[in-house]
Amino acid sequence: MQSETRVAVSSAADIVTARQKGRALAMELGFDGSDLTLIATAISEVARNIVDHATEGVVRLAPTNHGSKHGIQIVAEDKGPGISDVTLAMQYGYSTRKGLGVGLPGAKWLMDEFDIDTRVGEGTKITMKKWLR
Amino acid sequence: MHVPILKQGDYLIASVQSVLSDADLVQLRDDLADRVGQFRSRGVIIDVTVLDVIDSFATRTLRAIAHMLKLRGAETVIVGIQPDVAFAMVQLGLTLEGVGTALDLEEGLAYLGRLAKRTLKHAK
Repeated sequence: MQSETRVAVSSAADIVTARQKGRALAMELGFDGSDLTLIATAISEVARNIVDHATEGVVRLAPTNHGSKHGIQIVAEDKGPGISDVTLAMQYGYSTRKGLGVGLPGAKWLMDEFDIDTRVGEGTKITMKKWLR
Repeated sequence: MHVPILKQGDYLIASVQSVLSDADLVQLRDDLADRVGQFRSRGVIIDVTVLDVIDSFATRTLRAIAHMLKLRGAETVIVGIQPDVAFAMVQLGLTLEGVGTALDLEEGLAYLGRLAKRTLKHAK
């Protein structure tokens, strides 16, 4: 099994790198056409969340399994300010800053699993998975 | 990467050549706003055929470009959104409301041509 790919994210260019590496790994794992685009788009959104709110962080991409299911796992982690109200942040159309308020809830829709772990003053860790059909 | 902008009569054609970062999109917005004034353009075509991802930021910027250019007197049409990209945009709940779209460059030119004709008719 391939090992984990790690992308340090602190600029707009890193967002592009993260989604390109994610697309490449997903392709290696057997995802096709529209799934590749959905995965790349979801990575773009969580990576941008790091740049916009925490300035820097890391996106980790890795294969994952659960029973007979195989897929890709994407972890976006930062040591930023954290999110004080996750329910609000995950509400479609809610935005603290310059965004559309679509990023995080949108990423959740694009993936099969989405989990957000955040502590104010400590940081945010988003884990999302997509399974091969 | 910098997006080249070609002048074709009353129109400008911005042909995206490779993946765009957020900064490139903002640069494109500023370049187009300048050029529309410089060339007194009536229409702008943005060809995004090569883009494999149009996320929330890209959508918002494309929308902003179209609305901004409209205020400068030019119509914008986005052409070449790939089927997979369109699907992801719909999944994300993203729309290009109020922005012209067409299948490809040829259809985009036809779209602007129809708009120009309609404006002419109204003026008569």
